[in-house]
Amino acid sequence: MKLPIYMDNHATTPVDPRVFEAMRPYLTNIFGNSASRNHSFGWEAEEATEKARKQVASLIGATSKEIVFTSGATESDNLALKGVAEMYAEKGNHIITAATEHKAILDTCKRLEKHGTRVTYLPVRQNGLVDLDQLKAAITDKTVLISIMHANNEIGVLQPIREIGRIARERGVLLHTDATQSVGKVPVNVLDDNIDLMSISAHKMYGPKGVGALYVRRRNPRVQLTAQMDGGGHERGMRSGTLNVPGIVGLGEACALAQAEMPAESKRMAFLRDKLKDRLMNSLDEVYINGTLEHRLPNNLNISFAYVEGESLLMGINEIAVSSGSACTSATLEPSYVLKALGAGDDLAHSSIRFGLGRFNTEEEVDYVAGKVIEVVKKLRELSPLYEMFKEGIDLTKVQWTAH
Amino acid sequence: MAYSDKVVDHYNNPRNVGSMDKSDPNVGTGMVGAPECGDVMKLQVKVNPETGVIEDAKFKTFGCGSAIASSSLATEWLRGKTVDEALAIKNTDIVTELSLPPVKIHCSVLAEDAIKAAITDYKAKAKPVAAETAARV
Repeated sequence: MKLPIYMDNHATTPVDPRVFEAMRPYLTNIFGNSASRNHSFGWEAEEATEKARKQVASLIGATSKEIVFTSGATESDNLALKGVAEMYAEKGNHIITAATEHKAILDTCKRLEKHGTRVTYLPVRQNGLVDLDQLKAAITDKTVLISIMHANNEIGVLQPIREIGRIARERGVLLHTDATQSVGKVPVNVLDDNIDLMSISAHKMYGPKGVGALYVRRRNPRVQLTAQMDGGGHERGMRSGTLNVPGIVGLGEACALAQAEMPAESKRMAFLRDKLKDRLMNSLDEVYINGTLEHRLPNNLNISFAYVEGESLLMGINEIAVSSGSACTSATLEPSYVLKALGAGDDLAHSSIRFGLGRFNTEEEVDYVAGKVIEVVKKLRELSPLYEMFKEGIDLTKVQWTAH
Repeated sequence: MAYSDKVVDHYNNPRNVGSMDKSDPNVGTGMVGAPECGDVMKLQVKVNPETGVIEDAKFKTFGCGSAIASSSLATEWLRGKTVDEALAIKNTDIVTELSLPPVKIHCSVLAEDAIKAAITDYKAKAKPVAAETAARV
């Protein structure tokens, strides 16, 4: 077992060696531009990107023609929201999304609002799930798009996309889902799940950074988008720019591996995650899981250790890479807005740690991490005036704090 | 973010962690910050009433590594100082000693607040005793 241990797989994942091997020829001697139609260099490159297109489509139940390659899920999110808003502007100007979406969605919505789009940000319940009745009530005859992420990047909670898609269908509204964290980890099928647009990222599934895709439905209904990257008309006019051939090959290979290995891997992830969770909850008091465990990615554990601040905990487990919802760990000194939306209270947000297990984590690592976290939490609770007050039976919610 | 060696040292070997008896007339207790902000410091000083010298100081902190280091350092500096010398400690001294980056300066401010709160509490407890003694004489 080597240190440091990486358990932050929601932030990014290592490139699987098999993915790298698949990419290697396209970083060396197969260097053609896939749009060069007149020579073998171009043909070879195009063959590779078309193979990758099939691999991506196969993983999600789509057809090749419905895959648009982008620079990543952020770009896919931008393309989906802005592309639909512009294309369907005559039909309506209302978008529905959720308060716990990734900034790539929220920030894009903010920009659209500046240009006259109305956006409804649905709250979530304490378990992290969107309320379907609230969603239904929010739809108007001006609604053109619902965008709800499949799996949340902080708490791993899975939204009921199939149901949401059904509701959207009934009302003639398109459904986009940011599936960056779910594709490759849990089964996703765009037909069964009633999805019209879907964002995917390679570097969240053991592929390279800088490449992703947007699924754009062609039938029942046919979805059209206004391109956001203008130029040579690549990707059926939806996204101009020379294709990142090696990156795309990597994305394709990552999808193929995920499709083959998902059943066994998700079982193993759940086993490791539950082992970690059980050890932590059995050895420590005042530990809280953020978000429902029932509808959740198998590899995610987002957990708050009351009375201990997140950044000081990360400092104590400095050979283990994880992340925290604490304000002290963010560039803006704001605590996690996702945890806030759960209604957990800022103090639990400051005490939260996110573990993202992955393909390359072992049981030995999980045992080591559990032991280290327990040790550091206990040490920090000795230093904590809040834990002391709690042990004395003081109700912390009734204390008059002198915040500055 | 890279921590200075001194911050790491205080984190791994915090000085003077613990609690004193709040009801002791020679103990001043300061509690500053709030759980919602992610920073709470409890600082206590035990003062010799005759000499006005701080004989012991203890702290407990809920907060990041810089907050823990700032309050740990504060207890180190307080021991042996008089109450008035303690009030002269500035957060900027803490920033310099621990090489705190700009985003962590507020931790040192909270430590300075904690020192002042502890001293104020001690003085408030000492006043009625002094007045009583004066009255009896």
